[in-house]
Amino acid sequence: MSMTHDLSSLVLAQGGSWITFDVKAFLDQFWNNTFDGLAYGSIYALVALGYTLVYGVLKLINFAHSEVFIYGVYATWFTFYFLGFRPGITPTLSVVELVGFLFLAMLASMAISGGTAVVLERVAYRPLRKRGAPKLVFLITAIGASFVLQQLIFIWRGGNPELGIRLMRNEEVFTLFGGSITNVTIITVVASIVLMLAANYFVNKTKFGRGIRAVAQDPDTATLMGVNKERVITLTFLIGGLLAGAAALFYMMKIPQGAWYQGGFLLGIKAFTAAVLGGIGNLRGALLGGLLLGVAENYGQSLFGGGWRDIVAFALLVLVLMIRPTGILGESLGKARV
Amino acid sequence: MTTTTTPATKAPGKRRVISEWWNNLSRVQQWGVLVPLVVLIYFLPVLNPPIITTQPGYDFPIAMFEVARYALVAIGLNVVVGQAGLLDLGYVGFFAIGAYVMALFTSPDSSLSHLPFLVVLPMAMVVTMIFGVILGTPTLRLRGDYLAIVTLGFGEIVRLLADNVDPLRGNSGFKEVGHPPGANADGSPLFNNSNGIPWYWLCVTLIIAILFLVGNLERSRVGRAWVAIRDDEDAAEIMGVPTFKFKIWAFISGAAIGGLSGALYAGQLGFVNNQKFDVVTSMLFLAAVILGGSGNKVGVILGACVVAYIPLRFQAIAEYKYLIFGVALIVLMIFRPQGLLGARQRLLAYGRQAYQRLLGRGEQISSDGALQTEPTPGSKL
Repeated sequence: MSMTHDLSSLVLAQGGSWITFDVKAFLDQFWNNTFDGLAYGSIYALVALGYTLVYGVLKLINFAHSEVFIYGVYATWFTFYFLGFRPGITPTLSVVELVGFLFLAMLASMAISGGTAVVLERVAYRPLRKRGAPKLVFLITAIGASFVLQQLIFIWRGGNPELGIRLMRNEEVFTLFGGSITNVTIITVVASIVLMLAANYFVNKTKFGRGIRAVAQDPDTATLMGVNKERVITLTFLIGGLLAGAAALFYMMKIPQGAWYQGGFLLGIKAFTAAVLGGIGNLRGALLGGLLLGVAENYGQSLFGGGWRDIVAFALLVLVLMIRPTGILGESLGKARV
Repeated sequence: MTTTTTPATKAPGKRRVISEWWNNLSRVQQWGVLVPLVVLIYFLPVLNPPIITTQPGYDFPIAMFEVARYALVAIGLNVVVGQAGLLDLGYVGFFAIGAYVMALFTSPDSSLSHLPFLVVLPMAMVVTMIFGVILGTPTLRLRGDYLAIVTLGFGEIVRLLADNVDPLRGNSGFKEVGHPPGANADGSPLFNNSNGIPWYWLCVTLIIAILFLVGNLERSRVGRAWVAIRDDEDAAEIMGVPTFKFKIWAFISGAAIGGLSGALYAGQLGFVNNQKFDVVTSMLFLAAVILGGSGNKVGVILGACVVAYIPLRFQAIAEYKYLIFGVALIVLMIFRPQGLLGARQRLLAYGRQAYQRLLGRGEQISSDGALQTEPTPGSKL
């Protein structure tokens, strides 16, 4: 009964191995993983924008943003349901119908998510801001709000995920370097990039965007210059919510059974990781971070095995914060150029 | 410490009168009140008082052990959150590590050599402390809100490793985890899974011991450094407090207590698997600290009692407990951010007696805490 024996058996075997490397699967699936990861990454990036914008303006990690996202997911599911689609049956639709239905679901989802974000801001954060509460209080409130929003779904819909509703099959359109690119991947990546460019334009080129950047730089001076700070903050939450709503639709296309009361938590943390990875407060950073995270996660999954997907994401988060807490592109909503 | 000497401007409330009366008692008089109270607490599960009891829904002694376990966790988390002001959202990770160390070294399901419970208990604390150093060294240099996220990630990594690493046996877990020595008259072990009373007594004894240790730490140089860091880290640094070192110490002390309670939990349940270590549990721990009043030892114990006891006593609302505590957190942060009992800023150790002798009257206490509203509004946002 020696200690060294114990330690070696703890590290080495003990009835199974601690980590396995499957290099062959990693190499075989490399391009598949890359393209699939880009689709996941775009979803992360859209949600990450919500974190980044709110952080840029309020210096607050809006923990409840993951719940804003999951409300959008439920909105999408119910839109599909009320349009007459049911779990298990994949309908054959013409392109016009499909685009119309998806667009409708996206509008509903964006409305619900945006609304949730604004209500959250009004009910939970505004009273604290009025009082000038310290940062820790905001963070705890955010956690409490996240709990409440999550549990409301749990009480309403129960603990099981909703059965997945598909409007279209996830089919291969063409292959590139031997990796398949599916229709869902194309729609997700293209639409996400369009939305992000729109958000970027909004923040950097419009009058409202200038207000956001001004408040991010210096709230007091911005107020003195005639910027309505409260309205800017509401607007920021609204934009974050709208983008999360759009992400919710793509998420449902990729993972139809994703409507689950706890489903937001994991995705929220990953989106936050994406935001930090690219540089929180930085819109382009969110895109870069999201795509990197999505791809890295897929690589980790094929290298270590299925259950390691989330571990890779969390480990990446911890590593980034240790090595480069300002992220790849640096944090700079306030410093963004006109 | 200037706030302690300024007389309270508001008319003192009833609670403040009680707390001042308490603080101006001598040490011996305080003990005179405390000892009967402690005896009462010890005998609670034996007395099984009619209104307080959780039966028939839940075995009362085991419920009391649950409450005591939460109290222990809350005291540990309070060192990190309440004393040093570091928001740790992955505390359940340390709890899980403690439980797994206990399981790995005592369960027959593990291939490691088996050690007695009382040997593994301190080992569990040491191992969690090591993990505390590993996690703390790089992350405590970060800003407060980043720390929250990193610790959250750490907690999840621990849980996911328990899910995915084969030797940790995932969902099938470890059975027959060890227990302390001792036997009943008929030769059956004194500490078993169905009788909560010995476990409760063990846990309360440990709580009292830990309260002594933490109380002494608070009154020492370390405790003063923690309060300084919590209230204004930059100012503390300028005043020559090695903030990083003391933050690490707070983190490690908290981790050790978390590991201890995890090991106790594993022993009482006799079974450890990958369940019960999720983030929601971490949040419940945090809710206990915040509800009771972070920075106040009595407060966090009260908070832990509320968080652990209410769902067991009122089984009908147990399903809604997360919702209720979530709402409670939001409402509390808006109306009473310092919690039910706020942290008290008061003279420590001999300062109190000197004050009393100089001014001829008792110390007056301002009950603001770690989460009080800052005197200069608008500077943070």
